Amino acid sequence: MTPAAYTATEGGALLVVAIVLPVIGMLAIFALGLRRAERIAYLVLPGGLLVALAIAADVARSGAAVTYVLGGWQPPLGIALRADGLSVTLMVLTAVVLCAVGLVARGSFSTPTDKAEARSPMVFWTLILGLWCALNTVFLGQDLFNLFVALELLTFSAVPLVCLDGRRETLQAALRYLLFALIGSVLYLMGAALLYGAYGTLDLAGLRLLARNDLATSVALGLMIAGLMAKAALFPLHLWLPPAHAGAPAAASAVLSALVVKAPFFIILRLWFDVAPQPANAMAAQMLAWLGIASILFCSVMALRQARLKLMIAYSTVAQLGYLFLMFPLAMASDAPTAWESVGWTGGVLQLVSHALAKASMFLAAGLIAEALGHDRIENLDGAMSVVPISVAAFGLAGLSLMGLPPSGGFVAKLMLLTAATETANWWIAAAILMGGILAASYVFRVLNRAMAAPSSNFACKASIPLYRELTVLGLAICAVVLGFVPLQPFAFLGIGRVGLP
Amino acid sequence: MISSTALYGLCAAGLVAIGLYGLVLHPTPLRKVIAFNLLGSGTFIFFGVAARRGAAAGLLADPVPQAMVITGIVVAFAATAVAVALLLRLAESGGSTLDPGAPDPQDDRPS
Repeated sequence: MTPAAYTATEGGALLVVAIVLPVIGMLAIFALGLRRAERIAYLVLPGGLLVALAIAADVARSGAAVTYVLGGWQPPLGIALRADGLSVTLMVLTAVVLCAVGLVARGSFSTPTDKAEARSPMVFWTLILGLWCALNTVFLGQDLFNLFVALELLTFSAVPLVCLDGRRETLQAALRYLLFALIGSVLYLMGAALLYGAYGTLDLAGLRLLARNDLATSVALGLMIAGLMAKAALFPLHLWLPPAHAGAPAAASAVLSALVVKAPFFIILRLWFDVAPQPANAMAAQMLAWLGIASILFCSVMALRQARLKLMIAYSTVAQLGYLFLMFPLAMASDAPTAWESVGWTGGVLQLVSHALAKASMFLAAGLIAEALGHDRIENLDGAMSVVPISVAAFGLAGLSLMGLPPSGGFVAKLMLLTAATETANWWIAAAILMGGILAASYVFRVLNRAMAAPSSNFACKASIPLYRELTVLGLAICAVVLGFVPLQPFAFLGIGRVGLP
Repeated sequence: MISSTALYGLCAAGLVAIGLYGLVLHPTPLRKVIAFNLLGSGTFIFFGVAARRGAAAGLLADPVPQAMVITGIVVAFAATAVAVALLLRLAESGGSTLDPGAPDPQDDRPS
C-alpha cells in the first residue's frame, strides 16, 4: 500500500508562501495594532498576487505541476501541496478579485487617523486575509482531510463577514449559513472517514490509484459530494445563500459570491475527476446536471422577482452556479480522451472564472450604487446613471457575461457548454442553457432600464464616490469581457499536471 | 456475538441519525447546535472504527485517524463557539431566535 511518491519541484516552497503569507498578515494585524489593519492588508494583497503570478509562470514555463511535500514526509503519512494548471488559474483569479475588492473596500472599511479604531474594519481585513489563506489551501491541498480543515477555515472566515454590520437579519442569515455549512462539512468528514477505512489513505493521488468501484467508495463519494453541494448552494440546498450574500456589506458579498462558493465546487471537481473510479456513475452525473438545471431556472425566476438589487444579484449567483454542474454529464459523454480535454469541462471551468469576475464586479457596482443613492430598491434606481455612470456601465458589462452575450467570458463559457450539450445529445441541458440566458437578460435589463431612466424630481445624491473605486469595478467587468476573446477550444494550460497524476 | 468494532460502528450510526434528525427538523437554533455536536461525535466514532480496523498497515490500531479526530474535535468546538456567539448576539438584539426565512423586505437601508 505505497501510493506513488511525490517529488518536490524547485519552486515548491512558493506554494507554502502562498498559504502562509495571508496568515502572517493576520498575525501582523494583531501584533502591530488593529489601526494598521488596512495598511497591512495593502502590503499583503499585492504580495499575494505576485506569489500567485510567480507560481502560474512556473507552471506555464515547466508545463508540469509544482509540488511541495511538507517536511519531506511522503503521503500517506505526510501532506503534499500541488499546483496544477487549474489550481493556479483559480489562485490568480482569487488574488485578482481580492485585490480589486481591497481597493473598492478602501472607502467603506478605512480607519481615519483622527478617530478611534472601529471593530468592523479590523474584522473585515483580518477575515479577508483568512479567507485567502483558506482558498489557497483548498486549491493546493492534496489530502482530503487537509481540504476539510481548509473548508472549515473558509466557513469560519465567511460567516462573520455576512453579519459584519450586526443587524438582526444579517445575524440570522449568518446563523443559517453556518448551520448549512456545518451539515455540509460533517457529511464530507463522514465520507472521508469511510474512504480512510476502505483505503487507509486520504491522499488524492493515492486514492486515484487504489479506488475501486464498490459500494463503500460510492457511498463515501456520495456523502462528500452531497455535503459540498450544501456549501456550494446547489438547488435545493441554496436557501441560505440569498439572505447571506445580500445582507453582507457589498465588498464582502463580492468575495463570498465570486470566490467562497467556488471552493466547494472545486473540491467536487477534484473528487469527481481525480478520485472517483472511472468511468464515473452516469446516473449521478445526470442527477447533478438536473439539480443544476433546477438551480438555473428556479433561481433566475426568483432573481427576476426581487425588489432589492443585492438580493437579485444573490439569486443570480445560485443560478449561475447551476451552470457549473452541467459539466459532469457533458464531460463524461464527450469522446475526448480525458475529461479535461473535453469542451464541456473547459466550458464549465471558464464559466467558473468568468462568473467570479463578473459577479464580483456586479456586487461591487451594486454597493457603489447603493452608497450613492442611499438605498438599493430596483424600482427607485432612476438617476443612478447620472451619479455613478461608471458603476452602472460596469454592472452592464458584467451583465453581458451573466447573460452569455458576446463579447464576454460568459458567452464563450455558455457557448462551449451548449456545443458540448448538442454534441452529446443532451437536449435538456441545451434548452436550460438557452432559457437561463433569456432569464438572465430579463433581470439584468430590468435593472439597467431603471438605472438609466431620468432622475425623478426629488432625486438626491447621498454620497459622492471617488473615481478610483468606480474604475476598479469597471476593471473587473472588463476582465470578464476580455475572457470572451479566448479561443473556443480546450486549453492546454488548464490540463497541465492532470494527465498521468503522480 | 457482535464484535466491538461493529458495536462502535452501530453507535456511530445511531448518533449520526439522531444528530441529522435534530439538525434538519428542530426549529430552535440551540438544539440544532447541540444536534450538530451529536452528529460530529458520531463521525468521530467512525474514525475510531477505522482506526480499530487498522486499515493502513494491519497494526493493532492505526494512529492516523486519531490525529484526525483530535483536529476534528477542535474544528467542531470552534464551530460551536461561533454558532453560540451568533446566537447570543441574536438573543441580545431581542425577539425570537427562530429562523424566520428571508430578510425583511420592508427594510430599505443599504447593506
